[in-house]
Amino acid sequence: MSRRVPLEGSFAAAEAAKMADVDVIAAYPITPQTHIIERMAEFINNGELQAAFIPVESEHSAMSACWGASGAGARTFTATASQGFFLMHEVLYFVSGMRLPVVMAVSNRAVGPPANIWGDYSDAMSASYTGWIQCFAANNQEIFDMTLAAFRIAEDKRVLLPFMVHMDGFTLSHVTEAVVLPEQEEVDAFMKPYVHPYVYDTDNPCSYGYVSSPALYAEGKKAQDIGLRESKAVIKEIWKEFGDKFGRYYSPIDSYKTDGAKTLLMVTGALSETAKVAVDKKRDEGESIGVLTLHLWRPFPFEELLEGVAGAENLIIFDRAPTLGGPTGPIIGEVKAALFGKRNDIKVAGILGGMCGRNLEVEEFEEVIDRGIEICRTGEQEMVETVGIRG
Amino acid sequence: MAKNQVKPPLLPKWQEMSFGNILAYAGGAKEYKTGDWRTQRPIVDKTKCIKCGMCWLLCPDAAVTQNEDGTYEANLFYCKGCGICARVCPKDAITMVEEEA
Repeated sequence: MSRRVPLEGSFAAAEAAKMADVDVIAAYPITPQTHIIERMAEFINNGELQAAFIPVESEHSAMSACWGASGAGARTFTATASQGFFLMHEVLYFVSGMRLPVVMAVSNRAVGPPANIWGDYSDAMSASYTGWIQCFAANNQEIFDMTLAAFRIAEDKRVLLPFMVHMDGFTLSHVTEAVVLPEQEEVDAFMKPYVHPYVYDTDNPCSYGYVSSPALYAEGKKAQDIGLRESKAVIKEIWKEFGDKFGRYYSPIDSYKTDGAKTLLMVTGALSETAKVAVDKKRDEGESIGVLTLHLWRPFPFEELLEGVAGAENLIIFDRAPTLGGPTGPIIGEVKAALFGKRNDIKVAGILGGMCGRNLEVEEFEEVIDRGIEICRTGEQEMVETVGIRG
Repeated sequence: MAKNQVKPPLLPKWQEMSFGNILAYAGGAKEYKTGDWRTQRPIVDKTKCIKCGMCWLLCPDAAVTQNEDGTYEANLFYCKGCGICARVCPKDAITMVEEEA
C-alpha cells in the first residue's frame, strides 16, 4: 500500500534517501538546498534513520567526506546548490573517476554575480563534463522516484558511478505537491546491497588515485567515458524495473503529444510542465506541436533524441543557463551537435529564459513557440535570444 | 595480487585499464622508476662521511639508503638528482656530478 502525502521537493528528496536507508550523509547548508539535509538530520535525530551525519566546514569537504564514505562501502548521500556546488567541483571529478556511487540532490540555482538565491541550471550545466550521471526531475514525485532509483543505478556493479538528481530550486524544492510514497517493505525489496569491488580495507590495501603519466591518462579517461556511456542501458533497465514495481515509468526523453507533430518544443525540468500547458493551448489553435522533456543529461541520450525528433520538421530548444561567449545555451549547443550529420534537415531554434528564477508563465511559452516557429521558417536567429528580456 | 585483479601491462589498451584507476595492491610506487628524471647524480665520498644520516633524513624521495658500514648512498633507481643531500651534508661529502647523455 502506498501513501499519498503533501511534500515539498526538498522533503521528497530526503524521504527517498531515508527510504533507501543511506549510511552516511556529509553536507553543508546552502539555499535552496538546506531543507534536504535539515530533514536528513531530523530523521537521524528522531530515530527514523540509522546513519552518520558528518557536518563539514565546506562543500569541498562535504564531497571529500562522501568520497571516503562511499569508498569505505557506505551508501552515501549529499545535496548542494550553486556556489556550494562550485566549491565541490574539483572533488566531483575524483568521485566519478574512482567509480564511487555517491548520490547527490542538486537544488538548482543561478551562480553569482549578481548575488542571488533563485533557480536556473547554471550550476548543473557546469558539471556536464565531470563524469557524473545526471538527470532532471520535473515535479516532486519525480524527485522522489529518481532519487530512489539513483541509488540502485549508481551502485549497480555494471555502473558504479555517482549520480546527480537535479531539481529546480524553489520551483520544486520549496513547493508542496502530492507525492505517492511506497511502503518501506516495497523499497527494501527494490534495493540491493551496495558492494564496491575495491572497498577501502586495511587488510587488503589497494592503490587509489595513483599518479598517471601522458602514457596512461587517455586510456584511463576513455575507460571511464565508455563506463558512463554504457550506464545508459542500465539506467533504462532500472527505470523500467522501477516502473513495473511502483507504476511510474521514466525515460531519457519523455514525449508529450509528439505523434505526427510538425514542431517539437524541448524543455528540461519543472518548466516542461508549464510548456505542456502552452502546447495544449497551441494545439487547440491548430498548431501541430508536442513537447520533449529531457530527463537524462549525462550520459547524453543520442539515440533517444533521434527517435524523439523522428518525423518532426522543427525543433525549438528551451535552455535555462547562459554560456557566456559560447553557443547560446548548453543544451541548445549539445542537441544541435547531436543532430548534426544525422538530421541536417531538421530546423532548430534555441531560446533562453527563466534564468535566476525569472518567472515563466504559459503566455511566455506561447511566445517561445511563436518565435521558435518563426526562426525555423526564416532560418534567421541571433546567437543569443532570451525570452522576455528587456532592451 | 589481491581481489583477483589482473595486473595491467605497462602500456595498457583502454580496455585493460584498472577499474576506477585502482590498483588492487599497495606500494605500487616502488615500481615507478623516477631515476631517469635525473640530470645530476650524488656521489658520496665515504672517507668524509661521518654517518650522521642528514641525507637519509632529508631526501624528499626516501631514495637514500644506509650501507652495512653505516655510510649512505642514493638508490639511483629512484634518485631524481635534486641535490638536497649534497646541500645538507655537514662535511661536504656529497658531490653532484653531471649525468652523461
